[in-house]
Amino acid sequence: MKNHPLARLPAEHRQTERIQALRGRKDRAARWIITIGGIGVVAAMLLILAYLVWVVLPLFGGAGASVEVLGQRPAWDGGTRHLAIDERGDLALRFDDQGGVDAFRLPGLESIERLRLPLAEGRRITAIAADLHSQGFLAAGLDDGQVLLLRHDFERLPGRPGVARDVVTELTFPYGEAPRHFARTAIDHLAVSERDGRLLVAALAGRRLGVEAGTSRTDFLTGETLLDSQFQGVDLEFPPAGLAVDGNHRWVYVGDDGGRLHRFDLPGLEPSGVLALGEAPLTAVAGLLGGVSVVAGDASGRVFQAFPVRGDDGAFELRLIREFEGMGAPVTDLLPELRRRGFVAVSDAGRVGVYHSTAGRKVLEQPLPVSDAKALAFAPRAEQLLAVGGDGAVARLLIDNPHPEATVSTLWRKTWYENYDEPRHIWQSTAANVDFEPKFSLAPLALGTLKAALFAMLFAVPLALMGATYTAVFMAPELRRKVKPAVELMAALPTVILGFLAGLWLAPFIEQHLAGLFAMLLVLPLGLLLFAFAWTHTPFRRHAPWSRGWEPVVLVPVIVALMALSLWLAEPLELWFFGRDLREWLGQVAGVGYDQRNAIVVGIAMGISVVPLIFSIAEDALHAVPTSLSDGSLALGATRWQSLLWIVLPTASPGIFSGLMIGLGRAVGETMIVLMATGNTPLMSWNPFEGMRTLSANIAIEMPESSVAGTHFRVLFLSALVLFVFTFIVNTVAEVVRQRLRRRYASL
Amino acid sequence: MKPLKPWIASGAPWIWLQAAAVALSLVLVFGVIFLLATRGLAHFWPAPVEEWVVAEDGGEQRVLVGQLHRSERVDAERLREAGVTFPESERRVLRHLLKTGNRDLTGQDFTWVLDREIRSRARPDNLLVLDRTRWGDFYGRLAGIREDGILLPPADNPWGELDQRLERVQGLRARIDELERGEVGSVNYRLERLRLEELSLRQGLAPGEAVSRDALAKIEAERSELQAAFDGFSAELGTLYAEIGRDRLLMTAGGTEVEIPLGEVVDAWRPNTMTWREGLVHYFGRIWAFVSEPPREANTAGGIFPAIFGTVLMVLLMSVFVTPLGVLAAVYLHEYATQGWLTRLVRISVHNLAGVPSIVYGVFGLGFFVYVVGGGIDRLFFDEALPSPTFGSGGLFWASLTLALLTMPVVIVSTEEGLSRIPRALREGSLALGATRWETLWRTILPMASPGILTGVILAVARAAGEVAPLMLVGVVKMAPALPLDGDFPFLHLDRKFMHLGFHIYDVGFQSPNVEAARPLVYATALLLVLITLLLNLAAIGMRNRLRERYRSLEAQ
Repeated sequence: MKNHPLARLPAEHRQTERIQALRGRKDRAARWIITIGGIGVVAAMLLILAYLVWVVLPLFGGAGASVEVLGQRPAWDGGTRHLAIDERGDLALRFDDQGGVDAFRLPGLESIERLRLPLAEGRRITAIAADLHSQGFLAAGLDDGQVLLLRHDFERLPGRPGVARDVVTELTFPYGEAPRHFARTAIDHLAVSERDGRLLVAALAGRRLGVEAGTSRTDFLTGETLLDSQFQGVDLEFPPAGLAVDGNHRWVYVGDDGGRLHRFDLPGLEPSGVLALGEAPLTAVAGLLGGVSVVAGDASGRVFQAFPVRGDDGAFELRLIREFEGMGAPVTDLLPELRRRGFVAVSDAGRVGVYHSTAGRKVLEQPLPVSDAKALAFAPRAEQLLAVGGDGAVARLLIDNPHPEATVSTLWRKTWYENYDEPRHIWQSTAANVDFEPKFSLAPLALGTLKAALFAMLFAVPLALMGATYTAVFMAPELRRKVKPAVELMAALPTVILGFLAGLWLAPFIEQHLAGLFAMLLVLPLGLLLFAFAWTHTPFRRHAPWSRGWEPVVLVPVIVALMALSLWLAEPLELWFFGRDLREWLGQVAGVGYDQRNAIVVGIAMGISVVPLIFSIAEDALHAVPTSLSDGSLALGATRWQSLLWIVLPTASPGIFSGLMIGLGRAVGETMIVLMATGNTPLMSWNPFEGMRTLSANIAIEMPESSVAGTHFRVLFLSALVLFVFTFIVNTVAEVVRQRLRRRYASL
Repeated sequence: MKPLKPWIASGAPWIWLQAAAVALSLVLVFGVIFLLATRGLAHFWPAPVEEWVVAEDGGEQRVLVGQLHRSERVDAERLREAGVTFPESERRVLRHLLKTGNRDLTGQDFTWVLDREIRSRARPDNLLVLDRTRWGDFYGRLAGIREDGILLPPADNPWGELDQRLERVQGLRARIDELERGEVGSVNYRLERLRLEELSLRQGLAPGEAVSRDALAKIEAERSELQAAFDGFSAELGTLYAEIGRDRLLMTAGGTEVEIPLGEVVDAWRPNTMTWREGLVHYFGRIWAFVSEPPREANTAGGIFPAIFGTVLMVLLMSVFVTPLGVLAAVYLHEYATQGWLTRLVRISVHNLAGVPSIVYGVFGLGFFVYVVGGGIDRLFFDEALPSPTFGSGGLFWASLTLALLTMPVVIVSTEEGLSRIPRALREGSLALGATRWETLWRTILPMASPGILTGVILAVARAAGEVAPLMLVGVVKMAPALPLDGDFPFLHLDRKFMHLGFHIYDVGFQSPNVEAARPLVYATALLLVLITLLLNLAAIGMRNRLRERYRSLEAQ
């Protein structure tokens, strides 16, 4: 009995219990791991959307500012003429009206050193203007009508952190230490511009407008700057208020007390136009970065932007471009940003408004932190605005305004950019020069995307749907089993290959055989029908073992032959219809532009990549229609075609729709084909013979070069988000429709 | 025409047109593959070199030597606009693009020749083609060989002599390549790591503290050892270069005599004398060189081995990420999650992610993986190398992770499909026998679903192999200095940039300085990529069919 299994039970039972416990633990652990892992993976995938949104949001986050009172320097009361901040934002300069220059640190206001400008005894500075495009270049106007040109810079001494003198202020006088004579009375307003070796200084003293314009060159032996310049002066017929110069040194702008902006040609100072902005007297005029736009503020608090626009006669005419939301109180000062087309306006009521010209908006309005501000300065990146008050108080506004140029309006609506004659949709995100106005209109990209998708669908939809219908309904089952995977293999062709063939083979081919392509549209259907008719009515066919359902096999050689025939026929047809080469006719008679890599090429190439998607889904839907339905209709006397048209197609239509949606989603987001088969020019044109730039190709081209967290970077993320959301919605619609269809079949 | 009307009324023409749509689709698919195959494979055939005598009407005669690249008929008007003169009567003109090579002499690789200007065509036996490391191909005649500057007396068999010397040079070049790419590269890599090590030692110090002398001495010793090795290699390289420069070929081309260092010659052949057997040997030799050698001359010549290697490695790494994670998610969604509206919503979302444009994944990969995660890793672990990024710029790791995310829906969908095909009875049977859920899953369900999983992984691999757009943002480059897998610790360099077949096609076809010369190589590369993806897809289809067979038999029982 000892060997009886039951005798061993207790011990084994214990063991089994242990094993059972272990199995239970394993099972629970597995459940936890799978649940957490599964949710984690799904969450990670949905993180994409969240991350895109997170990057895009700051674009529309608006701006904020905080005030920081830095302290009081009683010695600085009243006489402050000008302030400047260094690149890194931690060093600043103050110029006073006696010719003294204080270098100090931010934010602690510790003095670094005090320098003096080489002025004659008793001379006072009455105005200072800085050059936007040449950092640190200043013109100082004196009370005797003279102007001194100077440049300031900080030199940081490396490797000596913590040592008292780690910074040296440098004042240099590139055009000599002697002041230049402009007028007999004190200078009221100044403007200066130095660019590509050319110098322009304009000064207003009373009603006298004086200008010095010339070219400078550096003597390579002595290192001296030699200036070859001319003075010109006129007496104005109006009391001037504010002065600005054109960055290309073609014009000088002067505001007046009637709300008008006067333009004078250089170098002769002939009046060349008056632009009425408002009714109230202008109180401040300033040029913006780039030297094209002029902003002006008036005594009623209105703020305007103007720039020259090329008229029909080719001459530049000064035009009012936009009026901004006003300040509500007389504008006393306008200060442009150094890196963007932004500026601030200061009002009589002690408030400051932060503006952006391209976006046409007031981003922010704040009370100015000091009373009776004598001077303001932007840090180069416009992240801080330093102000010195009449009582010597020093404060700064820390401005958080990262993306003023991106608004719904600039992204999607027409915007009037500098150097254009009307508001337009333009995408031009980068250029070689620093003072370039970025143009972030997504409209041409969205249009290009839709255009590419449209032409692809035009090519793919008829082909895919007709093919799917035939394959599902009429094709012999043995053939269907081979054809379906073959067409689906098309989906596996990497799009880079289709794009490469489209760009390097198809585009030149179509350029050469454009007429042949159109001839195919005519020859293929006609020739096929003719062949079909003949084939159906030859006695030979009746003996063929595969009468029905094998038509495509018969047609393959026919199609190839017809294609060749169209190419061969193209030349006579072309001559007959147009009397010359079709492409020449397009250009010369129809006036249609032709690019080698155009929408037709993209349509065909992308069509090939979309066909299998639509084909596969539509074919599945059509094939799943219960045969009892079509059998019934055939039994009632319908022809095969009638049965298809009235019974099978309506039943499967949701599935077909879903295939179309998925095809559309693919066509919208496809990158490589459009990148390679178009010229990638952002055009607003539906012309099939011209190229386009799509959202996706634009991302592929520009993303690697855009600086992280900049406006350009975020706008590219926005276009990715647009693509994501669009395709996600389209696919969801398709999926929902398809699931409904499945339920319908289940009930049949 | 009596039968026409009823024929049209029956709707038969429509059915024929539909059949034509199927036929046209097939023509397109096979047309694309045919085009790639003919263009890509024809390039390697040793095409005959021809000598053409060409003269414009009334002009001087010129002799051109080269291989016929392609011919086309162009509109005469356009040529006239370009300044070519010929009789008004012609509307279409046949012209040939002749590959004349010798870029160092003429400044161009190709010449257009109007058919009507050709006076004679010949294929002399003694024309030689040289494949060179610089300046592209050379066509000409062998005039002599110089050894150390001294002209050798004419040999009885100049071709045998040439082959013998070429073989020697090839051996030398192989050794130089091995040294430069392998050993010297490795020494440089280790020196750079030493530098970073020293830097990180110094950076980790509190103010006033000095680096421990032992550590510094150790680094210094290692450095001098490496330096010695480096000097040794340099010396060897110097002698090798002297050796390889010994022979120079004296060639005549277009009436001028040129000296070509044999060290620059990769291969030499006389296509006009080749029998078809020699031609075949040469043909397959060149195909082998194409897939096994690195590119030369800004990717317009040589092979594509680094691109193949990069593609394969990236795809492998991607499948390592995507397979377990995708299966995990699918098993959760199908087996563990409560099948409510939320799960349905999640499932639809996951399916739809497959339709999101790939470039969006690239944007996410660049923004999140590279800048956020990679930047973070750099600040934490590779502080000493900053500001030059280690993981904070695109690389192999981020590329495979991005593609794993991109292909995740494919794996999830396919696995779920596999899971849902398993009959309920099997599951219930297993549970009824007392197996836990995990045991049922592990022992019964997953093995049965494995063909579905495998199908998904193969489809994912096929998709990843052909995908280019997202990779352009997260780490593919046109020319990677080193392979991401080599003999230096840690062997697999996840932070390195890599080359990729698809990007290679884009780059060489569209950004290369010499598109015409590189075009055949692009076709060949494209053919290779198509073959890879098609084979993978066929494998997936086969797998799917086997899976269906399996359950058909199960259901029948």
